[in-house]
Amino acid sequence: MNITRRKVLRGVAGGIGATIALPFLDCMLDTNGTALASGAPLPVRFGTWFWGCGMNPERWNPKATGGAYEITPELKPIEPVRSQITVLSKFDVLLDGKPNFVHTSGNIGITTGQAPSQADQYDLPTIDVLVADAIGTTSRFRSLEVTATGNPRHSYSRRSTSVVNPSEGSPVAFYTRIFGPDFKDPNAADFKPDPGVMLRRSVLSSVSDDRAAILKQVGAADRARLDEYFTSVRQLEQQLELQLQKPPPAEACVIPKKPADGPVGQDIEVSAGNHKLLAELLAMALACNQTKVFNVVFSDSASSLTKAGTDKTHHTLTHEELLDPQLNYQPQATWFGMRSLEAWATFVSVLSSVREGSGTLLDNCLVLAHSDTSFAKTHDVLGIPIMIAGRAGGKMKTGIHIAGNGESVTRIGLTIQQAMGLPIDKWGVGAMQTSKPVSDLLA
Amino acid sequence: MNRRSKPLVLCGVAVITVALAGCGPREPDNPGGPAMVQRLTESQYRNIIADVFGSDIRVVGRFEPIVRKEGLIEVGTNGATVTPAGFEQLDSMARNIAAQVFEPGRRDRTVPCKPKAPNEPDDACAAQTLAKYGRLLFRRPLTTAQLKARVSVARDAATASGSFYSGLQLALATELEMPEFVFRVDMVEPDPNHPGKVTLDAFSKASRLSFLLWNTAPDDELLTAAERGELNTRRGLARQVDRLLASPRLDAGVRAFFVDMLAFDGFDTLAKDSKIYPEFNPTVAADAQEQTLKTISDLLLAQKGDYRDLFTTRKTFLDRALGPIYYVPVPPKHGWIPYEFPKGDPRAGLLSQISFASLYAHPGQSSPTLRGKAVREVFLCQKVPAPPANVNFAVAQDTSNPEFRTARARLTAHRTNPTCAGCHRIMDPIGLALENFDGIGAYRTDENGVPIDASGELDGARFANPQELGRALHDNPATASCLVDTVYKYGSGRAPDKSQREWLRWLDERFASESYRLPALLRTLALSDGFYAVSGSGGFDSARSAASSGSKSPEG
Repeated sequence: MNITRRKVLRGVAGGIGATIALPFLDCMLDTNGTALASGAPLPVRFGTWFWGCGMNPERWNPKATGGAYEITPELKPIEPVRSQITVLSKFDVLLDGKPNFVHTSGNIGITTGQAPSQADQYDLPTIDVLVADAIGTTSRFRSLEVTATGNPRHSYSRRSTSVVNPSEGSPVAFYTRIFGPDFKDPNAADFKPDPGVMLRRSVLSSVSDDRAAILKQVGAADRARLDEYFTSVRQLEQQLELQLQKPPPAEACVIPKKPADGPVGQDIEVSAGNHKLLAELLAMALACNQTKVFNVVFSDSASSLTKAGTDKTHHTLTHEELLDPQLNYQPQATWFGMRSLEAWATFVSVLSSVREGSGTLLDNCLVLAHSDTSFAKTHDVLGIPIMIAGRAGGKMKTGIHIAGNGESVTRIGLTIQQAMGLPIDKWGVGAMQTSKPVSDLLA
Repeated sequence: MNRRSKPLVLCGVAVITVALAGCGPREPDNPGGPAMVQRLTESQYRNIIADVFGSDIRVVGRFEPIVRKEGLIEVGTNGATVTPAGFEQLDSMARNIAAQVFEPGRRDRTVPCKPKAPNEPDDACAAQTLAKYGRLLFRRPLTTAQLKARVSVARDAATASGSFYSGLQLALATELEMPEFVFRVDMVEPDPNHPGKVTLDAFSKASRLSFLLWNTAPDDELLTAAERGELNTRRGLARQVDRLLASPRLDAGVRAFFVDMLAFDGFDTLAKDSKIYPEFNPTVAADAQEQTLKTISDLLLAQKGDYRDLFTTRKTFLDRALGPIYYVPVPPKHGWIPYEFPKGDPRAGLLSQISFASLYAHPGQSSPTLRGKAVREVFLCQKVPAPPANVNFAVAQDTSNPEFRTARARLTAHRTNPTCAGCHRIMDPIGLALENFDGIGAYRTDENGVPIDASGELDGARFANPQELGRALHDNPATASCLVDTVYKYGSGRAPDKSQREWLRWLDERFASESYRLPALLRTLALSDGFYAVSGSGGFDSARSAASSGSKSPEG
């Protein structure tokens, strides 16, 4: 099927709007895949949820494994949602003789399966990008990134060191991006393809018409970057194509109200408030089939969260606060860690409060939550706290604690990718390469 | 550390302005680096739109952050691409800009011809319009095929929408969305001055020059000079370089350079604890940057001063918002006033300004370590290694001696630890000398009731207070050569390597012989062969040349 821009435009010119027969559109839009076609099973979504500066292992890690583990002091915040979450302790990032680059080695090890050889270097795409490449290309947004900190640079969704999917930090801007004028309500009674959108789509395709000419002018590395650019152009074309089709109904989709304009920033009260707003919008973006992949940053690695009136950030506290001799931990730094877990529990409840099919939206999600260190004071990358929420459409087990006992953290990433349907049998680099999924995670 | 040696030849100002190849030692060979593909930065994008379509065109949207590399965003552009989220924004900005450009009230000015009829296509008028803007946006004339494709978009869209201007609008939006606009793609051609090697073609040269000096795309006159082959002659290049340097727009270019060098993008997300620093607010943050840029612009451009004096000067500009933090009353309704701190005042040089003190500090306290690191990395181009992961805080946590009331006391604990000492020894003394400035740059004499001791030593030069630190930095030979390196890095988009050391030393010597004046350094750089050198084969790869670019061989 070869529909040229010219033919489409003639179509638009020939008869605006309703007079365009649907079979014509169908044949034009057959590149969309079948994921959203009517009658398809509910999609399974993947996401990450990140917080910085870890925890205190002896107060966080549960003792017993399985479903009957006793909630530890630092896991207290997740108690109300423990049945939705699997706790993974003592899985290690193995540095393979490379230095421990503070606050980046652990994070990059978990998400790319390779310890970096330089600070903040991503030699491989992060797991969400791998999953989005497999399942995200047919939805309106390949993936959505948000940060509660308000800083668009706080994103750990990266194809490479310099290709970073930027985070949205403003709930209002995030709302507009998803539910603004370009949003098509999947449950709207009538549907008429918008000729303006059709025109935009065909005009946009001309941007890539001449791609060969520019690609042949540059070296291999730059060609890859320009290819990435054209992929982004294509993604927008697909968004527009989707707007020309009647979307399949999404029973759980309720268009949210536009949030009020408020402050953004890293004061924890502001961040926590924005996190909840962003979580609610994200939940509806998922329920309304706008994306299948998302990344949430609650705080950056080396958490720059602050508490009004305190002179040190969460990160600074982890290094400078004295261990309380009675408690034997750093009370102020730990307070931030607990607040982070509270936010995670909020996120989980927001997703599970949306009814979808015979269960909840969360049941059709797989959310990987993790930090950048275990004990932040020493930047420990052994036993970084990890949790998984959601049952991935019935593929994953929740409500249990699994102890890795020094096994490579890549086993978790491998299990996730397999659960999301990626055809891989091993993952990770060097000492972290594994072909052993965590079978206890699987239902 | 000191790459610079005494200049061999000192030449007077009068000589410099007429000497085209410069005086002093001959320019050594600069093997250059690979051809570059750099993504436009936000400020470049905004400048180009204002230059091409008028400053009344609003650019509404969000730009993807570029990852800073080698200390500069401008180096990070060489590696940056556009993600799907980023392109969504580019698309919406492009359509929005194009709609404004051809609005009924503006089209008489922006469309250089009258269409046959407003409700149908007109290829000739569309071609004229799209060629005009395409050349300015792509920084080179459109190829025949490119123009044909754009005109065809305009024609089809005009037919579909029943409006010539809507067609033009959609076609212009695609010009703003094409990689030829979004990326600065270096094109090369055989180097006439160095047979067997390649150099940037005239249009890429024009771009490199214009982005260096004005932080925007080449203007019509510079593109015309490129088309005529004038940039390939010494005389023609010098004519354009001197025109750009003499323009008031040099100010914007120099400001953009320092915004990048000083990492002022950090202010976009800088937050201070409002309970600890109630005086600090977004206005203070914005005006603090403006104060520093005004100081720089005045000293380096208006006064044609010595770059190193930036670290000692007591002359600056203040406004109402900054007055309280500097304890200087600024009368209302005066906007910015020139101000000179009295002799002996600790407020001397950039390091004593609010912008530096607040940017390199924590939200609720100062940070001698961040400040010391910034001085080493930003002003001396010395790399401070990352801290070890497993820091032993045993000393700092000795509860029998818990009172580390000043930063010096806390950091002494660091420095007595051998793993930390190596790096903290080179950062802390600098930062501790600035401890008289708190987390937002307000002056203080004590911290938690203990007097601040600001004495220390920088590479052998001892100082007792912040103003003497500024002097030590002024006198440090690495200060000037670091600026040379940074300007070259900024202009070429990449960090120099060993093969460029001799060439940079030559640039250092020229900078010294020209009394460390920035415009002179920019001129030397812009007129050098090395600035446009591209590494690579004597075997010229024709695939990388722009055969149809319209550049001619030099006539002069």
